[in-house]
Amino acid sequence: MSAYTEGIICVLCINAIAVMGVSLVTGYTGIFSLGHAGYMAIGAYTAAILTARYSFYFIPAIVAGGLLAALIAYIIGVPTLKLVGDYYAIASIGLGEAIRLILENGGTFTRGARGFPGIPNYTNLTVAVCSFVIMAFLMFNLINGRFGRAFKACRDDYIAASLLGYNTAKYRILSLVISGFYCGVAGALLGGFLLYIKPLMFDMMKSTELTSVVVFGGLGSMSGTLLGMVIITLITEVFRPISQYRMLIYGAILVIIMVLRPEGIMGQYEFGPGMFKAIKEKFKGDHYSEEGRKV
Amino acid sequence: MAKKSNQNVLQLENLTKYFGGVPAVNDISFSIEEGKLAGLIGPNGAGKTTIFNLITGVYPPDSGKILFWGEDITYLKTYQAIGRNMARTFQNLRLFPHSTALENVMVALQQHHSYSFIEAITHLGGWGKKEREIKAKSMDILDRVGLADRANQKARTLPYGMQRRLEIARALALEPKFLFLDEPAAGMNPEEVNALNTLILGIHKELKFTILVIEHHMDLVMEICSHIICMNFGTKIAEGNPMEIQSHPEVLKAYLGE
Repeated sequence: MSAYTEGIICVLCINAIAVMGVSLVTGYTGIFSLGHAGYMAIGAYTAAILTARYSFYFIPAIVAGGLLAALIAYIIGVPTLKLVGDYYAIASIGLGEAIRLILENGGTFTRGARGFPGIPNYTNLTVAVCSFVIMAFLMFNLINGRFGRAFKACRDDYIAASLLGYNTAKYRILSLVISGFYCGVAGALLGGFLLYIKPLMFDMMKSTELTSVVVFGGLGSMSGTLLGMVIITLITEVFRPISQYRMLIYGAILVIIMVLRPEGIMGQYEFGPGMFKAIKEKFKGDHYSEEGRKV
Repeated sequence: MAKKSNQNVLQLENLTKYFGGVPAVNDISFSIEEGKLAGLIGPNGAGKTTIFNLITGVYPPDSGKILFWGEDITYLKTYQAIGRNMARTFQNLRLFPHSTALENVMVALQQHHSYSFIEAITHLGGWGKKEREIKAKSMDILDRVGLADRANQKARTLPYGMQRRLEIARALALEPKFLFLDEPAAGMNPEEVNALNTLILGIHKELKFTILVIEHHMDLVMEICSHIICMNFGTKIAEGNPMEIQSHPEVLKAYLGE
């Protein structure tokens, strides 16, 4: 396998971990975020500083990056997610920018705007793929169980959910903390792959990209998010020769999908028997009459 | 002390709630005995749903007290209601539209058959057993309300009458002792109302619930309720058995005009 292909697979795996986190919080729990690159930055810098400066082994460094991002998510989540509404979305913009600016002005500790070089090359193909497989396994397990159902309930109707005994604020915060952990881990892996990170990599642009991939793949569909991420990443790779103009194609594809399929590529379906059944029924035109008989 | 069968499960004492300057609920007091199937009736805007919202903690009252099994629950939070063994349905359906009928019931039922976060992300330990148990019990409940064959259909694609039944199923899944039904027959045709009657009476008899039902369909209320409270403009105007209510002058005035 050429180094280039290996590189693309690594990037895919890293992006996949990040968008799974965003998909959980935005698609499954209904909290829009425009600052998840901030959590990636925390993960990336934590792992970079621990490995490059304090010569930590990379696995604890990656986990520490994820945990610190989760902690920050908890701290920002508690005041904003107790309220119902888009307060977190607004706060997340501020959070993302604040983290970036703190890193830029971190002096010798973060090495400021010039970036942090000399990160050991710990993210190879095996590490990236293994991380993705483990994280995806845990995420799909999580959404196929009581937590997945609870997150969706809190998203769809918080009053009904709270009358079923769910402290909806608690579930929203839990969802954000998990997603912060995922983005932190993705950031940590990114640092070990690029060997160099700078605050500008984790700007607002990156955050909106993460959220738009989730919308593109389907809000409330984890596998749709992954599919959308693969499509978007590959498109930007294929059109790399035309440099900046590929953003035009990227934008056009987002617009086309939103016009043709506003619910995203996969809608709310997960890849599996349920999806095929839904497609079959759509093409068969199976409808139910008001009396409940198949017509 | 009173005999247990006559114990008041729910007791409202001088409950008052203002929205702006309008008294939505004004100095209401009534109580419901254990095992009763009671009805709360009144014209539109009488404050019936507000009473449900006050009891379940959607908003707090301005004054007054709510006792449930003798315990003061006036300022209870909504998500604590389940711990008090109460469940409710809504006048305007509040299902989880993007989840299947089965998931709608499971999300309620899993509250009593929980497993840990670690088990949830690894699918190890008690996960499989608990999930199967939740699923089986949820199917039983769907079967009771006659929706077993629609289990895997998304809730929003169900016909209206079925959505109403699904809401009842979801409330039953909380395994409550006290069930609040907010206009369960709203928008149903006569046959559906009849089927609903049978369902509510069946639940009441078999599961020994205490039920308080808000309803506009007089025939439904008169047929199934043994105790009726009538409200108008936020105040209680009559209370008694169906016969008494039907001949009460205030009730007739409220419903038929002067």
